[in-house]
Amino acid sequence: MARMKFLCDADRCIDCNACVTACKNENEVPWGINRRRVVTIHDGEPGERSVSMACMHCTDAPCASVCPVSCIFPTDDGVVLHSKDLCIGCGYCFYACPFGAPQYPKVGNFGSRGKMDKCTFCAGGGGTEVSGSLEEYRKYGANRLAQGKLPLCAEMCSTKSLLAGDGEIIAEIYKERVLKRGYGSGAWGWMTAYHEGIAT
Amino acid sequence: MSGTSILARTGRALAVLAMLAALAVVPAAAQQRGPDGAPEPDASAVKEQALLQEAPRIEGRIDIPDTRASVLIQPAGRGWDHFHEVTLHRVGAVVILGMVVILALAYFVVGRIRISAGRSGKKIARFSSWERFAHWLTAASFVVLGLTGLNITFGKIVLLPMMGPDAFSRFAQAAKVVHNFVSFAFVLGLLLIVSLWIKDNVPRPVDIDWIKQGGGFVKAKHAPSGRFNAGEKAVFWLALLGGAAVIVSGFLLLFPFYGTGIAAMQTAQVVHALVAVLFVALILAHIYIGTLGMEGAFEAMGTGEVDLNWAEEHHDLWLAEKLKQERHGQPTA
Repeated sequence: MARMKFLCDADRCIDCNACVTACKNENEVPWGINRRRVVTIHDGEPGERSVSMACMHCTDAPCASVCPVSCIFPTDDGVVLHSKDLCIGCGYCFYACPFGAPQYPKVGNFGSRGKMDKCTFCAGGGGTEVSGSLEEYRKYGANRLAQGKLPLCAEMCSTKSLLAGDGEIIAEIYKERVLKRGYGSGAWGWMTAYHEGIAT
Repeated sequence: MSGTSILARTGRALAVLAMLAALAVVPAAAQQRGPDGAPEPDASAVKEQALLQEAPRIEGRIDIPDTRASVLIQPAGRGWDHFHEVTLHRVGAVVILGMVVILALAYFVVGRIRISAGRSGKKIARFSSWERFAHWLTAASFVVLGLTGLNITFGKIVLLPMMGPDAFSRFAQAAKVVHNFVSFAFVLGLLLIVSLWIKDNVPRPVDIDWIKQGGGFVKAKHAPSGRFNAGEKAVFWLALLGGAAVIVSGFLLLFPFYGTGIAAMQTAQVVHALVAVLFVALILAHIYIGTLGMEGAFEAMGTGEVDLNWAEEHHDLWLAEKLKQERHGQPTA
């Protein structure tokens, strides 16, 4: 069984935000929510790097652990999904998430955040909806994984900076790249998300 | 996971940091320059691990208005997860269950504190209806807030297996809304309590005698006291301090990210949870001594009147003052 992971090769990311746009369009993400975002570090300085970040689908996911109603869980593929039917909008997953992935449709005063929304690795939702159904699509977005496709953000990344897929395979691709070009700024977030980095 | 203590983790992290600091003698900027001194465009200038050693979280620039999204990585989220799921569970269980055990021991070993002289049959007014309203407003809202708050931390362990996910989720949703709005009743109640009773809770020399005599618990004789004894004063001031802490941290949580970042939100939750757990234990003791633990105590807050002998035994100075005032025909609270 594959262990699905994301890897952003920051030495290739050009901050074009195509992944953000692709995600919003493919999943009909609600207004105001960005499941994926690009953050630029040391903007305008020599050696600046941009990193595309969404839910990393962590090992021992802290969001799942803190959820007071236990509505977040990892699938067999290691994708972290949640049920919007059970979510109470308490906001704890956002405090626990190392990557700022969980988001809410409303501002949140008096606990009125609404149901949490986050990257699903284009694997549909964690609710009771039938996999690939219209109900699932409306609530959680696309279920490309069920169709044998990878997340669209990575699939249409123009520089192939963003990699999605089985952790071992994408780690191998990244290692080869670093070996060939002679440098790499590291697999951003891997140590925090998966308790292991990629030696470069 | 739970076996490793925070101390061991911190120790390991410090050791790693020290080693890395020793290695990083060559300034990072020097590595980014080519032979001609110009910035090297290919160099991997910004490394994740180096950034995380500089600051607890990596922040950058984003193209969207949501400023929270500019925090790229905050490993502290895992630390907060550990606090919420391991530390808080243990502290909460030990403090609250520990207090229940202590109170059970007090009841079965020390027993109920009786009115030594028996009831006189004569009553004297102790708390006005306004004071009782303030007390019960605070008390009722505290019980509701305590139970709905504990549900956020312990509900999934205690109630979820019994109720099932759907029913528990509906209950937790309602409990969250109740918790958020009943908070205002608690704030009002606490303000009333403080304004009504602060003058009678100022520490006085007689409190030292009361403490020296073990409050009458240890030697089973009655210690001198004014309107409130040193134990009651301690509850008052702890409730004031604890109440202020849960109110301030609670409002930060109620209005998330108004002038606070992710670190402040995590801190607010830690303070809120820890103070609340201690507060619940304190109030459990307060409830015990006001009901089961002492004969004649509950009616002070129930009907507002206490037995004359109870007042003589527990609040002698207050009773003397009150009787003196009554002789002079001055009605007092």
